[in-house]
Amino acid sequence: MMLIPCPHCGPRDENEFRYGGQAGVAYPGTPAELTDDEWAGYVFRRDNPKGWFHERWYHVHGCRVWFTVERHTVTHEIRDAPS
Amino acid sequence: MTHPDFLWRDPDPRPAYDVVIVGGGGHGLATAYYLARDHGITNVAVLEKGWLAGGNMARNTTIIRSNYLWDESAALYEHSLRLWEGLSDELGYDLQFSQRGVLNLAHSVADVREGRRRVNANRLNGIDAEWLDAAEVKKFCPVLDVSGSARHPVLGATLQRRGGIAKHDHVAWALARRADAYGIDLIQDCEVTGFEITGGRVRAVRTSRGRIAAGKVALAAAGHTSVLAGHAGLRLPLQSHPLQALVSELLEPVLDCVVMSNAVHVYVSQAHKGELVMGAGIDACNSYGQRGAFHVIEAQMAAALELFPIFSRVRVLRTWAGVVDVSPDASPIIGPTPVDGLYVNAGWGTGGFKATPGAGSVYAHTIAHGVPHPLAEPFALERFATGALIDEHGAAAVAH
Ligand SMILES: Cc1cc2nc3c(=O)[nH]c(=O)nc-3n(C[C@H](O)[C@H](O)[C@H](O)COP(=O)(O)OP(=O)(O)OC[C@H]3O[C@@H](n4cnc5c(N)ncnc54)[C@H](O)[C@@H]3O)c2cc1C
Ligand SMILES: [Zn+2]
Repeated sequence: MMLIPCPHCGPRDENEFRYGGQAGVAYPGTPAELTDDEWAGYVFRRDNPKGWFHERWYHVHGCRVWFTVERHTVTHEIRDAPS
Repeated sequence: MTHPDFLWRDPDPRPAYDVVIVGGGGHGLATAYYLARDHGITNVAVLEKGWLAGGNMARNTTIIRSNYLWDESAALYEHSLRLWEGLSDELGYDLQFSQRGVLNLAHSVADVREGRRRVNANRLNGIDAEWLDAAEVKKFCPVLDVSGSARHPVLGATLQRRGGIAKHDHVAWALARRADAYGIDLIQDCEVTGFEITGGRVRAVRTSRGRIAAGKVALAAAGHTSVLAGHAGLRLPLQSHPLQALVSELLEPVLDCVVMSNAVHVYVSQAHKGELVMGAGIDACNSYGQRGAFHVIEAQMAAALELFPIFSRVRVLRTWAGVVDVSPDASPIIGPTPVDGLYVNAGWGTGGFKATPGAGSVYAHTIAHGVPHPLAEPFALERFATGALIDEHGAAAVAH
């Protein structure tokens, strides 16, 4: 079980959180102009790196805040936690 | 004591092959076997970064069934199940394929509706399926707690009698031995680190053991498919997650069928040797670490003990995890890619062991002909742009 640093509550057990996947996926700026494949990219395709990953977590069983961390997908180390 | 005969050679890579398969798990080996058996293509190498079948093929819980909801999946998985039914004889190896029946439990009215719907859908597709009420479930699997006061009440279950389990290592070894006998090179300790692509066409793979030219390159790398696709400039709709399982100490025979419960994310069978084999759902976060979190195992054991109070004193022997490649609709991706000569077979996620022969046969056809096998066609990459998803999240929620 990982210890995940919630910006509000500090380090808490992983099972208090829900996972949100890749961080920073912006809604398309010009949705009316997107091709089907561009929509597929926005809806379905996400980064899946073996290494450092910017990702979202939700402290669902705590303060209920959403936040972003940078975590390594092999070692599970979290290096860039919100302050 | 003398060493038994080796089942395959351990060759060094040659400079060029007609087809290079990346990944020596069950799917890579089956693809190699069917390329030779069905298409006479034997100038083939299977490149494996570790040892043969040491990835998910060595780590899965071996449930085999074909009772998927949608026509496309039912056809593909049933094709695979039919191949399983003849595979021990064909490969000349006892795969310990045991059609002992797979129960999928229903714990709520919604589960009952889904289950009955799936039984009807399966029957329309010519797949054996039965609906059992709680009393019938108790008769089929007496060690299950179906009493009304249970934490997870059993309201009924779907049953596929032709479903069951097999011995995963035997499957890998049998396929490897046959592929090797066709002259196919199974090359271990050989990691693919990149591709040579010119004029939109793949020409060679770069590996930890040098450059290998290839007429065609076929990915069969399960949890590492995104990493490989990235080397070819492709971004696939896949996410890699840990999937955990565990075995108990050896027991006398106590459970003679497979029991799955999608709602509480647990499934159980008893292997031939006697250990209980249990699995859970994926760990939520992305990971290539081949390990998962203990709270997932804990939740799974808690649910298992509610369903099987008789197991309360059983001890866990070991737990482990594999890296599974999950797609947005819980269905695989099979077919050509935007790079000429580069093919992908991935996204089998938590449920690709059962598809080992089926995937191998349709993938080999797709590679040999350069166009998708009819059973593979609906599973091509294009579906994410057209919207023709094959959503198996519902009825098959835990898609083992
Ligand atoms: C715990 C667990 C339980 C499961 N239970 C079931 C079940 O009950 N029923 C079911 O049907 N399915 C189940 N599955 C899913 C099933 O195991 C997989 O879908 C299936 O094994 C994937 O195909 P494969 O055998 O080819 O994968 P793998 O055996 O993982 O083969 C992929 C291979 O590619 C190699 N590779 C990766 N990158 C490279 C590279 N760059 N160069 C060279 N080689 C590379 C890897 O080392 C690996 O050996 C389970 C999986 C897990 C982890
Ligand atoms: Zn918090």
